[in-house]
Amino acid sequence: MAKAKTTKRPDAAGGNRPFIYNRYAPRQLREALAKMQRIRRFEECAEESYMRGHIHGTMHLSIGQEASAVGICMPLNAGDQLTSTHRGHGHCLAKGAEIARMFAEFFGREDGYCKGRGGSMHIADVANGNLGANGIVAGGLPIAVGAALAIKKLKKPNVVVCFFGDGANNEGAFHESLNMASIWKLPVVFVCENNGYGMSMSAARSTAVENVADRAAAYAMPGVIVDGNDLSAVAEASQIACDRARAGDGPTLIENKTYRWRGHSKSDRNRYRTKEEIEAWVAKDPIIRFQDEMKSQGIVDDAAIAEIRAAVEQEIEAGLEFAKASPPPRIEDLTRFVYTDPIP
Amino acid sequence: MNQDIRALSYAEALREAMAIAMEADERVFLMGEDIGVYGGAFQVTGDLIERFGADRVMDTPISELGGAGVAVGAALGGMRPIYEFQFSDFAMLAMEQIANQAAKMRFMLGGAVSVPVVMRFPAGSGTGAAAQHSQSIEAWFAHIPGLKVIQPATPHDVKGMLLAAVADPDPVMIFEHKLLYKMKGPVPAGHYTVPIGEAEIRCAGRDVTIVATSIMVHRSLAAAAELERENISAEVIDLRTIRPIDRQTVIESVKKTSRLICVYEGVKTMGIGAEISAMVVESEAFDFLDAPILRLGGAETPIPYNPDLERAAVPQTPAIVEAARRLVTAKA
Repeated sequence: MAKAKTTKRPDAAGGNRPFIYNRYAPRQLREALAKMQRIRRFEECAEESYMRGHIHGTMHLSIGQEASAVGICMPLNAGDQLTSTHRGHGHCLAKGAEIARMFAEFFGREDGYCKGRGGSMHIADVANGNLGANGIVAGGLPIAVGAALAIKKLKKPNVVVCFFGDGANNEGAFHESLNMASIWKLPVVFVCENNGYGMSMSAARSTAVENVADRAAAYAMPGVIVDGNDLSAVAEASQIACDRARAGDGPTLIENKTYRWRGHSKSDRNRYRTKEEIEAWVAKDPIIRFQDEMKSQGIVDDAAIAEIRAAVEQEIEAGLEFAKASPPPRIEDLTRFVYTDPIP
Repeated sequence: MNQDIRALSYAEALREAMAIAMEADERVFLMGEDIGVYGGAFQVTGDLIERFGADRVMDTPISELGGAGVAVGAALGGMRPIYEFQFSDFAMLAMEQIANQAAKMRFMLGGAVSVPVVMRFPAGSGTGAAAQHSQSIEAWFAHIPGLKVIQPATPHDVKGMLLAAVADPDPVMIFEHKLLYKMKGPVPAGHYTVPIGEAEIRCAGRDVTIVATSIMVHRSLAAAAELERENISAEVIDLRTIRPIDRQTVIESVKKTSRLICVYEGVKTMGIGAEISAMVVESEAFDFLDAPILRLGGAETPIPYNPDLERAAVPQTPAIVEAARRLVTAKA
């Protein structure tokens, strides 16, 4: 089994710094931190809006998993694509979506990314390469493989990142998709965000192998286990997998071990896990960890962090205002978008 | 349209349509189980792999869910895949990708994408293949907004409708009755399309309208010929598309004949006939009806293996004749 081969490669300057500090400029690293903050604050505010009754339906929050979304997307280019999950707000923002249009979608408005037809569970940003979150566990896996097949056939230099959770690894679609991506050597990066639980069943109880990444062996692709709360480790694994995919060498399965702080959805009473377990993971906050690391590398100080946070707060406030002001869809447009050419 | 008309089988017409589509557009390619050197379970793809190569006539593993999903993803990625199910029965393994993904993606994303995928389903009974290889499940698909569902009944139509399906920006499901594959008929050479959503009056008549789908069109035409000898004039409508249904052609016909029979191979209950009947009674044609509407559909049973039972499980020509006779003579 391949273990995470990450961090602490000696760099040209002879330092012993984690991967991202060699790979990315300070400006890019500050932007990565801003993205993690943006995801965290977006979800906290979405949750608050839900509690206040401004957003209906349900939502699945990825608070605590921000390093996975941001780190995986760091090596991606504009033309690269991703498929996402019901817990997909972070993926969407990491790939470049605007907070304002995401809030507009959650509020069910016309300016939302899906014009208010999809909501949280189907959030997408096709212009930025996000082919959409998916309400069906493992629903995005075959689609990602198909998008990668199109890339190969059209001879494009791009990759598709396929996010899914630990729950998806027991769906048939997972196995069929990994197999096909491997036999056709397609440019896909499969990213399992193992946050420990499906809805309530733990990965330890639901999955016969210890690590989801162990399953890569059955499909003749590298399986990489990563500390999903370590931004640098995630970005490094993603870089290696993307390089391999772009070189035509086929897919990789990355398993980011992480944890969701919140319940599965809004109905969750957390009866399947302990307060102590949650607290232990909250202590491993990926954002604090990255901030502290950046400080020790001399890339930010407390003032710079405060500045980033203030900018995010501003963006959030403006985004909420934008969403509230956006018009709702018209009832007479109920069946619009069912077909490309409307059926009389 | 090219005036060169040949007699081709339904399978040959399909193959010719796929070849024309692939020649015209680099983005079109075929996927499915054993469609390469084997030529497909019903020899529909035949020798296309020799002409277009294994990249464009792609064998897939026996992974219907994954295979259908890959086709959906490839369509999203700018390709024009045509995915062949070996038997329509196997579509049940892939319903998630068809019903939750392909059908809904454009809608869920507020029109940001289209999913131009074509899926082909060899369907129907009559081959002795028993309960898991003989079903007619097209009505299930017609219940799903976002899909288009067609049942071409002739070699001419299957070629033109496949080419219309490939050009369509939305997912199109083609149900092909297996007993039709060897049926021959006139097929123009070159490219032409038969529009999705338009029924065809196969035989004009005055006394009764028979709305039929797929192979039932041919059984209904045979019944109409027989009824003609009894001076009963039947109008046979080949529905061709079951989503979206051509309401106008059916309603106008019933207004003319005042009687309606629906003939389809899928199980009678909750089937296409229920939809056609309801559509007619909800319309202005209701006032023209002189008799109850009759439905002839599949029996309430899985398709049996024994050939006599198998024939008894779906409408045959004598039953159509009998139903029409009853309907027409019932009126004083």
